[in-house]
Amino acid sequence: MADSDKRGKGVSRRQFLSITLKTACSVGLMGIGLGFYAQRANALPPMAIRPPGALPESDFLSACIRCGLCVRDCPYDILFLGQLGDDIPTGSPYFIARTGPCEMCEDIPCVKACPTNALDHSLTDINQARMGLAVVVDQENCIAFQGLRCEVCFNVCPIRGKAITLDYQHNARSGKHALFIPVVHSEACTGCGKCEEACILEKAAIKVFPIELAKGELGHHYRFGWEEKAKAGRSLVTPDVEHQYNLPEGVKYDLQGKGLIIEEKAEAPGEPPFPSNPLDTLNRKRGED
Amino acid sequence: MSLTRRDFIKSNAIAAAAATAGVTLPASKTALAGDDPDVRWDKAACRYCGTGCSVLIGTKNGRVVASQGDPDAPVNKGLNCIKGYFLPKILYGADRLTQPLLRKKNGKFDKNGDFEPVTWDEAFEIMREKWLAAIKKSMEENKGKPVDKLTSRVAMFGSGQWTVWEGYAASKLYKAGFRSNNLDPNARHCMASAVGAFIRGFGIDEPMGCYDDLEHADVFVLWGSNMAEMHPILWSRLTDTRLTKPGCEVHVLSTFKNRCFELADNGMVFKPQTDLVILNYIANYIIQNKAYNKEFIEKHVQFNKTPTDIGYGLRPEDPREKKAKNRAKGKLTKITFEEYAKSVEPYTLEYASKMSGVPKKQLLRLAKVYADPNKKVSSYWTMGFNQHTRGVWVNGLLYNVHLLMGKISEPGNSPFSLTGQPSACGTAREVGTFAHRLPADLVVKKKAHRDIAEKIWKLPEGTIPGKVGYHAVLMHRMLKDGKLDCYWQMCNNNMQAAANMNEESYPGWRNPNAFIVVSDPYPTVSAQAADLILPTAMWIEKEGAYGNAERRTQFWRQQVKAPGEAKSDLWQIMEFSKRFKVDEVWPEELLAKAPEYKGKTLYEILFENGQVNKFPYEGKITDDRGNEYDNDESAHFGFYVQKGLFEEYATFGRGHAHDLAPFDMYHKVRGLRWPVVDGKETLWRFREGYDPYVAKYNPDGKKGDVFFYGNKNKNGGRANIIFAPYEPPAESPDDEYPLWLCTGRVLEHWHSGSMTRRVPELFRAVPQAVVFMNKKDARKYKLRNGSKAKIQSRRGEIICKVETRGRNQPPEGLIFIPWFDAGRLVNKLTLDATDPLSKETDYKKCAVKVSRA
Repeated sequence: MADSDKRGKGVSRRQFLSITLKTACSVGLMGIGLGFYAQRANALPPMAIRPPGALPESDFLSACIRCGLCVRDCPYDILFLGQLGDDIPTGSPYFIARTGPCEMCEDIPCVKACPTNALDHSLTDINQARMGLAVVVDQENCIAFQGLRCEVCFNVCPIRGKAITLDYQHNARSGKHALFIPVVHSEACTGCGKCEEACILEKAAIKVFPIELAKGELGHHYRFGWEEKAKAGRSLVTPDVEHQYNLPEGVKYDLQGKGLIIEEKAEAPGEPPFPSNPLDTLNRKRGED
Repeated sequence: MSLTRRDFIKSNAIAAAAATAGVTLPASKTALAGDDPDVRWDKAACRYCGTGCSVLIGTKNGRVVASQGDPDAPVNKGLNCIKGYFLPKILYGADRLTQPLLRKKNGKFDKNGDFEPVTWDEAFEIMREKWLAAIKKSMEENKGKPVDKLTSRVAMFGSGQWTVWEGYAASKLYKAGFRSNNLDPNARHCMASAVGAFIRGFGIDEPMGCYDDLEHADVFVLWGSNMAEMHPILWSRLTDTRLTKPGCEVHVLSTFKNRCFELADNGMVFKPQTDLVILNYIANYIIQNKAYNKEFIEKHVQFNKTPTDIGYGLRPEDPREKKAKNRAKGKLTKITFEEYAKSVEPYTLEYASKMSGVPKKQLLRLAKVYADPNKKVSSYWTMGFNQHTRGVWVNGLLYNVHLLMGKISEPGNSPFSLTGQPSACGTAREVGTFAHRLPADLVVKKKAHRDIAEKIWKLPEGTIPGKVGYHAVLMHRMLKDGKLDCYWQMCNNNMQAAANMNEESYPGWRNPNAFIVVSDPYPTVSAQAADLILPTAMWIEKEGAYGNAERRTQFWRQQVKAPGEAKSDLWQIMEFSKRFKVDEVWPEELLAKAPEYKGKTLYEILFENGQVNKFPYEGKITDDRGNEYDNDESAHFGFYVQKGLFEEYATFGRGHAHDLAPFDMYHKVRGLRWPVVDGKETLWRFREGYDPYVAKYNPDGKKGDVFFYGNKNKNGGRANIIFAPYEPPAESPDDEYPLWLCTGRVLEHWHSGSMTRRVPELFRAVPQAVVFMNKKDARKYKLRNGSKAKIQSRRGEIICKVETRGRNQPPEGLIFIPWFDAGRLVNKLTLDATDPLSKETDYKKCAVKVSRA
């Protein structure tokens, strides 16, 4: 949060230069919207993702000397430099997940190439990179939310089973199928963009955004009780003493689990095997026609 | 298109949200097909797997412009998997074949020439020439031989993706017209072991249960089936039951961790081939704990054993075959319950755990759910069981467990063989396009069965040869050995699909003596290896019918025209039959029995027989909503071809527990599960109340009791429990080739990828086959995720990228490679060992080594 606040206020020298240059150009080329353009160029467009290890945006822009070495050393040629007239500060590196996501090289050559630490050299495990965060932005069109069996984002995710998991839910519409809902976990997602690239819709329903844009924040006062309990390994407040209940015979009460449990009576022998099955009844009638 | 107020608010809300996120949206939404009154909607069965989902197809101006899952279909209720989502795109690949192509040099056919466009007339003329020469040679070779010794030099390799009538027409042309039983479907690679076990166990093919078991079982057990990826919509139903039914458990057995393990309560990775041990252990557990259903066994089961040491279906000169004592033998011997109990006694928990590598606790938990009389268990399997050198055995061992407990033929208690292909049941099995079969479970070996077929087909006695033809694997060997001269492949891609490509398939096809015809919509690996390519109308470019895994027969109408000169398989088969005078292909003594046929073409005899051409064609097909459709075959031949073929075919099964409804009925329903008797479907077979044939064949039986009427003439209507022991696979890892190779599929691609790889989104989702490998193995061979590995077997090598963190997580010592990728042909590595009984190849086990590429 502090990062983005800072970025909103201060403009570094480099940024200033970059903006001014761009502004000048845009005036020359189009001669319109000067102030508006200057403002736009200050904020990175949401689809432009910085390489792994990039410092928070304002620090990054201060540290990056626009040398292009990271771009040169990317073995998959996914990195671009902002061009004059782009919304991206000129000469700064980025990639577009939909068309060319980060391949997550184990040796992170782009970071190694950075002469100024704008790409933080303390990043040595690519799985710890936080280039951005994948978000299922369109739950209306994501076919998994409708019960179709897609799961391509889950299947291509390189942090398999951790960054994207599938949440199984009952499909109330069909009544007899399940939903396999993709859920992104920010503690594992590197923002590589493989999911956005592979999304099979015309326009991706899952997109990688810069983290500041993608992530919400819980009220500072509030904790999720079950998470705190799991973290502590015990209840924070001493659990109840054992409860006693007035109950008829054959009925139990499970406080922490199922609640009221009515024990089933044993089926009387000689009954038809599946009286509860409507198909059974329907077909039985047929035989007696 | 006008926007409603609600739509307007919604699209504005989206635009507002998008603006904040910095995303720009197109100013106006393009018109949706669903709202366009000019789009004609009609139903069709999905082109892909055996699940049999229904889709709605929207066409406009002769082109498919939209699709949706069919919300009224009981199987999928409007849902699709990712392949089904993109169905319309398979029709419109940029490289659709639109004219026949023949290898030529200097204007003439040359086996080593380049492909050149030719007319259909020229294509059929060269085919006629080759076929006629081969048939003449066969007639020479067959002189003086009795009908059950006849062989043939012409063959056809068909498909479980053929429509019902295509399979039926092919069967008539080959088995009757050309008098060749060398007709086999790709279902040989897929379901043959399941079929073998159905016939041995129950005397009748196909599952007793249906998909409703998915909602009625308490416990699901998966045996060698990656249902999560291969039957996506069924897996969705299974998952829902697991989520919503208290106490529901899922047990998964596989030789590597696959996506089903994500849901598993008891996931077990076992060593290849030890499923034989585990199943015998469960039977032993049930007996030791006296948990078996005594009444059921006494009334409904017969105990048997099968010959052992039966070889591996390799070439006879292979040392493994020479060593086998009872090569390919399968005749059952009746035994007592006590003898059976004694046979499974060595399969203790300790032994099973040691052999399989599965912890005892997990095996015990599995055995207990089968042995619990109060738990309804449904078992599912696919290629893990079927593509197995002991496939028929292992299918049978699972039936043993269900039969010991009487857990069969009722809702939720179901041993259920899932089919891979959309019409493995409907076409390959029910129509009987195998080298040994005729429609409705009849077989060529039995004269009584041939008599039935000859009578229905109005043919003289002795027309259909009594010797079983060449099966899929044998066809390639015979091509290589010069004993088969003509081979016509339809609706599949066997050069990519068949095992041991380097030593058998390719040398067979490229044998200078062989003439290979491939009918396909796309230039596949097979097409590349062919001599003549025929452009084919696919899926909804023709009227069709498929039969899914739960005996559900589904129809669709022709929705669009095929591109260029592409013609349906049905048209090709029937049109080719016009090119032969019966006098050219039948010997005089046979023709003497039917002198009225003299001078007639095979087309006239087989398809203008007063039955197939019985139903007139009005020039168009009209549905109940007044929509009109083409039917190119009927327009060409001048009668309602599909209806005539179907009605003639249906006479085989009606009244014999294979009853199909009248043709027109299927255009009004999302499929019906046979036997359909008096308009009523059958959900569970062999149980009185559910299956009308039980009362018919066992009139004195109790209400609600079972009767396995497929065996009524063999053993009084009992199911066979068949003991079979553990025997090792054909090839196991050793010092030189230390890893198991298992092949299979992925969710995004269908079989050899000839359709799905032409859908850009699916291609992008999984662009190439990778080798799934355990991290420790990768490290051992100096590989890491994403690096290129060379995989070598005794038969060939391929190069693939390594995947150590993918959807499949093999244990150490096993790698998995999918076979969809024409750029990485995994069947260069596989061994063409088969189940000696079912002749189905074991694609799951051979030995390989891996190194850095």
